[in-house]
Amino acid sequence: MEKTVGKILRQDALGGNVFSMEIEAPEVASQAGAGQFVNVYTKDASKLLPRPISFCGFDADKGTIRLVYRVTGKGTGTEEFSSLGAGDRISLVGPLGNGFPLLNGTPLLIGGGIGIPPMLALGKNFYERTGRRVRFVLGYRGLPLFLKEEFEPYGDVFVSTDDGSGGTHGTVIDAVKENGLSADILYACGPVPMLRGVKALSQEWGITAYLSMEGRMACGVGACLACVCKTTKTDAHSKVKNARVCVDGPVFKAEEVDLS
Amino acid sequence: MNTSVTIAGVTMKNPVTTASGTFGSGQEYSKFVDLNRLGAVTTKGVAIVPWEGNETVRIAETYGGMLNAIGLQNPGVDVFLERDLPFLKQYDTKVIVNVCGHSVDEYVECVKRLSEAPVDLLEINISCPNVKQGGITFGTAPKMAELVTRKVKEAAAQPVIMKLTPNVTDITEIARAVEAGGADGISLINTLTGMKIDTKTRKFVLANQTGGLSGPAIHPVAVRMCYQVHKAVGLPIIGMGGIMNAQDALEMILAGATMVAAGTVNFVEPDATVKIIEGIEAYMEENHIDEISSLVGAVED
Ligand SMILES: Cc1cc2nc3c(=O)[nH]c(=O)nc-3n(C[C@H](O)[C@H](O)[C@H](O)COP(=O)(O)OP(=O)(O)OC[C@H]3O[C@@H](n4cnc5c(N)ncnc54)[C@H](O)[C@@H]3O)c2cc1C
Ligand SMILES: Cc1cc2nc3c(=O)[nH]c(=O)nc-3n(C[C@H](O)[C@H](O)[C@H](O)COP(=O)(O)O)c2cc1C
Ligand code: FES
Repeated sequence: MEKTVGKILRQDALGGNVFSMEIEAPEVASQAGAGQFVNVYTKDASKLLPRPISFCGFDADKGTIRLVYRVTGKGTGTEEFSSLGAGDRISLVGPLGNGFPLLNGTPLLIGGGIGIPPMLALGKNFYERTGRRVRFVLGYRGLPLFLKEEFEPYGDVFVSTDDGSGGTHGTVIDAVKENGLSADILYACGPVPMLRGVKALSQEWGITAYLSMEGRMACGVGACLACVCKTTKTDAHSKVKNARVCVDGPVFKAEEVDLS
Repeated sequence: MNTSVTIAGVTMKNPVTTASGTFGSGQEYSKFVDLNRLGAVTTKGVAIVPWEGNETVRIAETYGGMLNAIGLQNPGVDVFLERDLPFLKQYDTKVIVNVCGHSVDEYVECVKRLSEAPVDLLEINISCPNVKQGGITFGTAPKMAELVTRKVKEAAAQPVIMKLTPNVTDITEIARAVEAGGADGISLINTLTGMKIDTKTRKFVLANQTGGLSGPAIHPVAVRMCYQVHKAVGLPIIGMGGIMNAQDALEMILAGATMVAAGTVNFVEPDATVKIIEGIEAYMEENHIDEISSLVGAVED
């Protein structure tokens, strides 16, 4: 593996400081899986660390990947990314991390905030694998409901918003209950309070949940131990109760992680 | 052209190793770097028992650098010996094992466990908190630094490199202390203690409040300390701190380092170590330098 330079094919503003970037990076695209991520580097020499961004999509045949990301503030690395356009180059390393396993049974895919984009890649994978539409629950702060229409070809989309501007007024869990949804397996990516709710739901239903975790990363390859999350049992690699989000994750079974 | 260097009787094919804690056990970066190319691999700090490390957030990006407060998380020396060391031994590179401890006894016990192992050099991190003395670091008090060095030397089967913290008033005082304790070499610098505050939340960014600054921002400090220590003591030096490329590495060698270690740069360029080696070779060729060792401390006074 090596740091590669991808060529940006297009960049679109999706509203609400969320951007979508399509990048030509054949090596990365050919190995990409849903739930995995790339480490993206800025051109600013004063910013040393990579920004981990999940695949929102990938196409091995076209040799492209798609990243959907939120600009987190002024002077940030993500702001720099948003200023790039077609033809510009961008350095990245990946694919990194384990990704979501595609298991049999009826899945329910839950995304919250900037955890929504990776669910599109996963939903598409499920749809292409089984030919069956899946169900998505997408939790937004409010409008715009970025990417929502893009999920619709692959399944039924249920929405929750914090401010009541769309779908269920409340959390993704409220949307699950309000719509009487059920599943055999849960897949989720989003902020920790949401993941806590999904874990509780999986316990209530007695089913497995796969959660995608976040962490502050430096190396992205398991070397620096910056990105760890707490685990319920002693981790096989670290021999203590934490695991590396970048290589042992970002996807963990809910029962493996301590979200308290 | 001869790029090999010798420290305490151990000869390395070139003067480039990895800075402890930034390269895991070598295995993690082996998909980016042919480990056979490296003069040595320096491993993550290991202790006699597993350490949990600090709470997260453990790192923060800063202008031209980063803060880390990993808290020396490690799986313990037994796992290191069973899993990590055999992996490294598949490669034609020297192995430098970095050791941490909370007390003199813990250092000594860990070093003893390593005595039978195929390890070339020991690097003793004395930037660890001394639990018995209220958490002050071993490496900031000359008497304590000397004592740790002496006790470790008595117990160690391999040559002992003492890794100094730059968070002191006079680095040469500590360097002399470890020399008096019998050290075979000196590594420097470890990270500079720093702090970052989030103005939005008015909270510390790191769970540990303070963290160690590394990366290019600290390079001039590292060069200065390397130079001072080279002048003050007769021990070979492994120089590190903000080395980003071959030029930075050569600067450190000219200041007095026999060998250099690349740390934070691995996060920026996963194959930085090899690029640094290639850059040093190119410099030697261009400047008709036959022996890299002829450059050690060769800055004109
Ligand atoms: C596995 C994983 C997948 C992710 N996928 C996405 C995605 O698909 N879309 C998206 O918008 N965001 C995603 N994130 C979050 C994204 O990495 C951060 O929002 C981003 O790094 C912030 O960088 P910045 O340049 O905006 O901020 P700055 O303030 O300039 O960042 C400073 C440093 O802090 C780190 N940092 C700051 N916030 C975060 C955070 N929330 N998580 C991790 N590191 C952070 C940065 O990487 C950088 O090293 C993901 C995070 C992880 C761990
Ligand atoms: C994430 C991280 C972890 C580190 N862990 C250790 C360690 O376990 N033992 C040690 O002696 N030094 C440790 N260090 C310090 C480095 O080995 C090195 O001395 C320092 O970072 C300066 O070099 P650099 O600027 O090239 O990174 C660590 C540094 C970083 C950034
Ligand atoms: S980011 Fe370095 S171990 Fe995960």
